[in-house]
Amino acid sequence: MPTWEDYKGQTPAWCPGCGNFSILKAFKEALIELAIEPHQFTIVSGIGQGAKLPHYLKCNTFNGLHGRTLPVATGIKLANHEMRVVAVAGDGDCYGEGGNHLLHAMRRNIGLKLFVHNNQIYGLTKGQASPTSMEGMKTKNQPFGVFSEQLNPMALAVAMDCSFVARGFAGDPGHLKGLIKEAMAHTGFSLVDILQPCVTFNKLNTYEWYRQRVYHIEAEYNPEDRAEAFKRALQWGERIPLGILYRNNRPVYEERISVIKDMPLVRQSFDPAKIGITFKEFY
Amino acid sequence: MDYSIRLGGEAGQGIQTVGYTLSKVFSRAGYHVFTHQDYESRVRGGHNFFQMRLSDKPVTGPREVIDILVAFDHESIARYEGQLTDYGQVIYDSRSLKKSYDKSQFLDIPFEALAMEQGGSRIMANTVATGAIMGMLGMELDILLGLLREAFHRKGEEVVTANLNAAMAGHDYAVRECVRCSFALAPAAKPRMLISGVDAIAMGAIASGCKFYSAYPMTPSTGIMDYVADKAKEFGIVVEQAEDEIAAVNMALGASFAGVRAMTGSSGGGFALMVEGVSLAAMTETPLVIALGQRPGPATGFPTRTEQAELLFTLHSGHGEFPRVVFAPGNPEQAFFLTHKAFDIAEKYQIPVFIMFDQYLADTQWTLEGIDLKELRYTDYRLRAGALSTLKSYRRHLLTENGVSPLGVPGESRHLVVTDSDEHDEEGHMVEDAETRIKMVDKRLFKKLPLIAQEIAPPLLYGSAEPDVIIVGWGSTYGVLKESVDAMMKEKKIALLHFSEIYPFPRNEEPGYLDMLKNAKLTICVENNATGQFARLMRAEKGYEFHARINKYDGRPFTLEGLIGELNAHMGRL
Repeated sequence: MPTWEDYKGQTPAWCPGCGNFSILKAFKEALIELAIEPHQFTIVSGIGQGAKLPHYLKCNTFNGLHGRTLPVATGIKLANHEMRVVAVAGDGDCYGEGGNHLLHAMRRNIGLKLFVHNNQIYGLTKGQASPTSMEGMKTKNQPFGVFSEQLNPMALAVAMDCSFVARGFAGDPGHLKGLIKEAMAHTGFSLVDILQPCVTFNKLNTYEWYRQRVYHIEAEYNPEDRAEAFKRALQWGERIPLGILYRNNRPVYEERISVIKDMPLVRQSFDPAKIGITFKEFY
Repeated sequence: MDYSIRLGGEAGQGIQTVGYTLSKVFSRAGYHVFTHQDYESRVRGGHNFFQMRLSDKPVTGPREVIDILVAFDHESIARYEGQLTDYGQVIYDSRSLKKSYDKSQFLDIPFEALAMEQGGSRIMANTVATGAIMGMLGMELDILLGLLREAFHRKGEEVVTANLNAAMAGHDYAVRECVRCSFALAPAAKPRMLISGVDAIAMGAIASGCKFYSAYPMTPSTGIMDYVADKAKEFGIVVEQAEDEIAAVNMALGASFAGVRAMTGSSGGGFALMVEGVSLAAMTETPLVIALGQRPGPATGFPTRTEQAELLFTLHSGHGEFPRVVFAPGNPEQAFFLTHKAFDIAEKYQIPVFIMFDQYLADTQWTLEGIDLKELRYTDYRLRAGALSTLKSYRRHLLTENGVSPLGVPGESRHLVVTDSDEHDEEGHMVEDAETRIKMVDKRLFKKLPLIAQEIAPPLLYGSAEPDVIIVGWGSTYGVLKESVDAMMKEKKIALLHFSEIYPFPRNEEPGYLDMLKNAKLTICVENNATGQFARLMRAEKGYEFHARINKYDGRPFTLEGLIGELNAHMGRL
């Protein structure tokens, strides 16, 4: 059983009070409760404040480029599908720069767990609007307010028939931990959007702002009802649902690839002897 | 004996099928074969051609003259009639072209009618034409009939029989009616290997233990993905068609990080999207092989045509300073072995390695004596379960004497494998301090570079050992340059210097190629681009300036006659 000590990483360089701290804590607790050891999973992250997370715990890590978490994670999963592969990204990283990859990861239904630290602002670059910034929000780069409609990742995911769609809140780490555990246990592609207050740059969507609006989805809710899930995914503003919005059992991508059916690619040996036989085709 | 056969027609008429079938017949009959293609960016209509040379001596480039022209459209006649040799012959079907030509070089063969008579459909007109060409050449049909059986056996005995009869009908018609045909073939010999540039790259990857290929389709690189996908099951390879080239390169990096040999491929426009991934490969020291099929740019350019204009782009692609290796094979054999070497070097030094080719090399087929598989060297440089577990501690980016850190496979031991696109410490965690930065740049770049440079072979020298004239080229022009030298050797002390391992630029070990260039009276750099990119590279790397340059940037490859003409125009300078 791994302990809290096994997951002690580098000292975080986040601002005091940042929502990322409680996400990190919830994530570590989920791993410990699931008895996943550091070498048994890989985190792929991009660029952003949230993307620094793998350095602050202990795990195999590929901290790549902005927007490119999902393709790198896809490559790792296809090469070794027995490895648990987690993608950690921010709202700019995943809903902006890497938006196309998100669409296609959901289409593939590859068994990646994507956790999006969604603070509705660009933190690393110091306070510009993100794809999830609310219309009208004023920033240094949007002095007249944001004109574009806010991207709704939950509705997008339900529309794409994403096989696990959930929303958590950094201000509710106990609940978030449960969602992380559920996502980790799900076999297909999982998207967990995590509302994460940015105490330095987002003066609109504060802890208080979220607390007044979020609620836990009721126990009798059926996450397998896609039409109902879409309705719930559209909720924003007065009330913001937290929990598993949608779930299905679509076939998982890596399970459909016959080449890796019996053994992960990384453990398959290479037999040069067969080359000679193939060369006969050229005669 | 050196015959050129050109098949001309619209896209969709099946000239490729006829071309591939005939070239296979010729190579199986033991002849030397060289084929190349010219096609438009469309699936139906337009005008394309497929050209074959067959000879009893090695043939390595395209000729302009035509001995047999098979015209499936009027365009073929209008464009190429003037290229016919004195004994050249055109065959066509007056009923499908709706026109007759009353000239002695023209032979009207009712391809479609003969196909229908043999119980076939109009589509078998191609089989009739194939048989007819063999009849004109005086070849027996046994090899063709065998190929047709192989090709159609799944469609049932009826289809096989109809095709065999169609081939025989075409053959017999040509034997009977082609009174001017005076082609004399050398006796048949043992079958030769026939392979295209793009298949050779794909085979080179498979033969190097490539386990993962991700790409976005783009001419002329798509053939690699097609071939690898076809062999995926047999060799245990995962082929992933990515949503874009950015995803393609990042997926390949992910797979490589996870412990398998990985490759991606594209053309210039797609590769432009990949360059951030090249830089990521460099920073994370993740082995990566990239096949780059050039075509004329800028932008979409000529999608299905050829050019050598991405050399400097490739050399400088990716932000930051890091080592890379660039290969540019000149024929399918080099393509196979350089792809193999690319995988070895990429993994040995944990760097990006490029295989540059172009539409011309991709689509040309060459006959080879064979490929000696004993020359393959497969070394797995990764640290896997056993070796990794025995280590007391593991640091992915450990500072070592030669700059190469242990390449551990994540998940195979309790050791963690950590890497970062940020500057990082030995463990792979991001840092900000100057001291570590300097150590890491020294490790990644300066310590590895001299070792990588030692891996690079000198350019190939062909022809005179003490040349007055040296023709220099790189990549796909090898064959046509070599044959030009052959043709001019009787009158000139001439040599070819061909570069296929381009970067790090080959060292000049005394007495080396630079001395030879300096001692020559005339040096000409021949490139399929507008600005002479290799000539500029030579000047930058070695301070050497060629006396003359020949550049072709019409999207078409050099032909033997065309190039010899251009070379001769420079001989007055001697």
